[in-house]
Amino acid sequence: MTAVLTPPSATPEAPADDAVPPSARSRAPYLLLLPGLLWLALFFLVPLVALVSMSLQTGSLSEGYRLTWHWATYSSAWSTYGDQLVRSFLYAGAATVLALLVGYPLAYAIALRAGRWRNLMLVLVVAPFFTSFLIRTLAWKIVLGDEGWVVGALQTVGLLGENGRLLATPAAVVLGLTYNFLPFMVLPLYASLEKVDPRLLEAATDLYATPARAFWAVTWPLSIPGVVAGTLLTFIPAAGDYVNVQFLGNPGSQMIGNVIQSRFLTVLDYPVAAALSITVMASVLVLVLTYVRRVGARELL
Amino acid sequence: MPDAHRGAPRDLRLRGLRKTFGDFVAVDELDLTIPAGSFFALLGPSGCGKTTTLRMVAGLEVPTAGQVLLGEQDITGLRPYRRPVNTVFQSYALFPHLTIEDNVAFGLRRRGVKDVKGAVADMLSLVELDGFGRRRPAQLSGGQQQRVAVARALINEPEVLLLDEPLGALDLKLRRQMQLELKHIQDRVGSTFVHVTHDQEEAMTMADTIAVMNHGEVEQLGSPRELYERPATRYVANFLGQSNCLQGRVVEHGVDSTVVDVHGTLVRLPGTHGTRGGAQSLGVRPEKAVALAGQRAVRDPAFANAVAGTVTDVSFTGLSTQYVVRTGWGQDLAVFAQNDGSDVPADRGDEVLVAWRPEHTFPLRDASPVVEPEAAPLADAAR
Amino acid sequence: MSRAVRAVRQHAVMALAVLVLLYLFLPVVVVVAFSFNDPAGRYNFAWNGFTLDSWRDPCGVPGMCDAVLRSLQIGVIATVVATLLGTLLAFGLVRHSFRGRASTSLLVFLPMATPEVVMGASLLTLFVNAGVATGFWTIVIAHILFTVSFVVVTVKARLAGFDSRLEEAAMDLYADEWQTFRRVTLPLAAPGIFAGALLAFALSFDDFIITNFNSGNTITFPMYVWGAAQRGVPPEVNVIGTAMFVLALLLVGGAEVLRRVRSGTAAT
Repeated sequence: MTAVLTPPSATPEAPADDAVPPSARSRAPYLLLLPGLLWLALFFLVPLVALVSMSLQTGSLSEGYRLTWHWATYSSAWSTYGDQLVRSFLYAGAATVLALLVGYPLAYAIALRAGRWRNLMLVLVVAPFFTSFLIRTLAWKIVLGDEGWVVGALQTVGLLGENGRLLATPAAVVLGLTYNFLPFMVLPLYASLEKVDPRLLEAATDLYATPARAFWAVTWPLSIPGVVAGTLLTFIPAAGDYVNVQFLGNPGSQMIGNVIQSRFLTVLDYPVAAALSITVMASVLVLVLTYVRRVGARELL
Repeated sequence: MPDAHRGAPRDLRLRGLRKTFGDFVAVDELDLTIPAGSFFALLGPSGCGKTTTLRMVAGLEVPTAGQVLLGEQDITGLRPYRRPVNTVFQSYALFPHLTIEDNVAFGLRRRGVKDVKGAVADMLSLVELDGFGRRRPAQLSGGQQQRVAVARALINEPEVLLLDEPLGALDLKLRRQMQLELKHIQDRVGSTFVHVTHDQEEAMTMADTIAVMNHGEVEQLGSPRELYERPATRYVANFLGQSNCLQGRVVEHGVDSTVVDVHGTLVRLPGTHGTRGGAQSLGVRPEKAVALAGQRAVRDPAFANAVAGTVTDVSFTGLSTQYVVRTGWGQDLAVFAQNDGSDVPADRGDEVLVAWRPEHTFPLRDASPVVEPEAAPLADAAR
Repeated sequence: MSRAVRAVRQHAVMALAVLVLLYLFLPVVVVVAFSFNDPAGRYNFAWNGFTLDSWRDPCGVPGMCDAVLRSLQIGVIATVVATLLGTLLAFGLVRHSFRGRASTSLLVFLPMATPEVVMGASLLTLFVNAGVATGFWTIVIAHILFTVSFVVVTVKARLAGFDSRLEEAAMDLYADEWQTFRRVTLPLAAPGIFAGALLAFALSFDDFIITNFNSGNTITFPMYVWGAAQRGVPPEVNVIGTAMFVLALLLVGGAEVLRRVRSGTAAT
């Protein structure tokens, strides 16, 4: 099963012990890599450059754009949409934390408690995502609806007021984000927890550690690469998402993704949209670098 | 496709073979002739270069310098699939996605042989795996996999069969069994077998000729008996079995004998060795020596070499009693007394004479510098 | 620590995990359930009544099946190309050490770390600058781009556990380079390649954000749903969603069954 469902997460490079890689015919690697690299260069790197350039241009779709190094676009974009930027990172951050809290026990259970059911559980984690992302999010709209039982239950318990609602609130958006990116958290976590040798925990208990202590001293540190990978793979797409907001939020809870989308596709204000995109990209890169540097990233790639 | 060679069996010759990995020299100027049809062992510890040598013969490693020849044919530049050489890998390397039958038939099929069923059946019989053809490697035990690996290689009737520590992963009993089986197979098939191993007992059991390798070089080449009774260096003496190594100064060259002063005791050995007054290392095997309790004990005059000492350890192992005797100069000597029911065992603390026949003494050519016999006691007791 | 407490603790984690799994499946259950709904109005958000109508005629809604077809076409093309490129990249990265290997690795993984908005936006900018009209083929290009990295990761994972001795054994047994590749390397890498292709197809079929930016007038299934969400989502959409789910489950289940049959039972 794991052959089919290998998690799309970072896998550590397995160093060959003493096996020297098959004889160096030095042309071969370049030939193999060329098509793929060309594609990536052409359709990933070049567009990014184009995006940066666009953010510094002025003009309009009808008149055409000229590169004028108009840095003011950035400052005006930040001032106008600063709220959305901050909100995006907040929501994404909240969703990531929630996903970690919810996903860690699941990953732990699959890796260290599931035994024979391990493969089945892994399939169950991924299976819901065979239905369309959009359809699933719409389903949450039904579940969290004003007439739904979730709201009803929360009202009975007193967590929600008489006229309280879940839909069209930031809470719903965060819940949606958490849900949609949960597998991206669970699978890398599972991958690194799976490598924990249960005998280490036995050794810890043998040395008088309580289960809690054994967890923090042994399991948690060993799972950190998975935590890093999982949080990154969750946070980054969540920060740029706009579907959850569209379906589950309200105009007041717009994220930066919504803005970029509308600027690009509706308003056709390309420079501002480009500037915002680059801002998101740059923030993400900075975040990744500092996060990874703090935690150590040798295993990530 | 290797050239079909149905002529006279050819010797495998390595000429000046050298392999470096960056700064690391794995194999250094190796010259070796492996006679056709013999069972040859390359013996040495990990990292001595034996596996690298094997891989160069197989064509899986390109030598930095030197040649590999089969008879007069230089095969150094040939790709592995063009050499009449097959390998049994340490990890067996059976193709997991093929059945046993397809695994064994792999080489034949690549050479264009259409009808393989008969040959495969014969080969499976030879390795006593009849009826296993339809199974997959994952369903077999380690010992069975190992036999499939042998069958897969042998079916191609290679001129040289290379075995890279193939018995390493087997338990003791199975290993012994396979050692004998491989030897019988080689007798029957008649190809040249080159066996790489770090297990000296294995090498001695199976091989006609052994090359002991150390740091990329061959330290000594010979039959198991030659290597065991007449090791040339301290390294070989301690790698094959155990030895007591003594260091002394040559005091006399007799007619076909040499006398060496070892810390005040005179030790005699046949042949002329060293220079008068020069340093000389010697060795004697623990099982060739006896521990005679008390100076007044009856001693067979043939056991002319004798060193005095005190017993510091006695271990009864069933087959023998092993003594550790500390000499006057602080060196520990080992004596293995065979448990043939005749001896009265010595006790710890007893004063004994460690005695042996001069003809069982062997000279060691050593790289170690001249050491004053009265200096610090040598650390290498027989181990 | 009493036995009872320990037992609870032992199972607490598993109980929690099961709860999370239920949480994961909740929307799916809703989707399936509401495919049988007979909605009162345009919006399929409240249960009204049971009906099999949507299942009997799923293409009754205009435009939806065209969108599904579009998504399938794009998915197949993008998968084939991405699998090819990705497999080549994976082989190049794993099998050979060369200068710039680390940076190449980085470049390959970068798209996975890029928010979809940014990727969609940058591609759109490229097309605008190049004067290329967005539509079917720009979607294909975009999909190939972001799925390649996933294929590489999947195939790489499979190759990493590859015993290189197997290829040496093949060459030792008279197979030249091409035969070795065809008879040993490829069959053994195949499950990874297949998994990568499956992943690529799933990602492509389900992609919305990047597609939205680069689609022009072409409508894929996710885009149809997006549009429908404003107008009113018909239960036929749920039918497609359910069908996709069931199909995927069958595929995965089938692959597992095949795997078990092929490898037989391993001897201890």
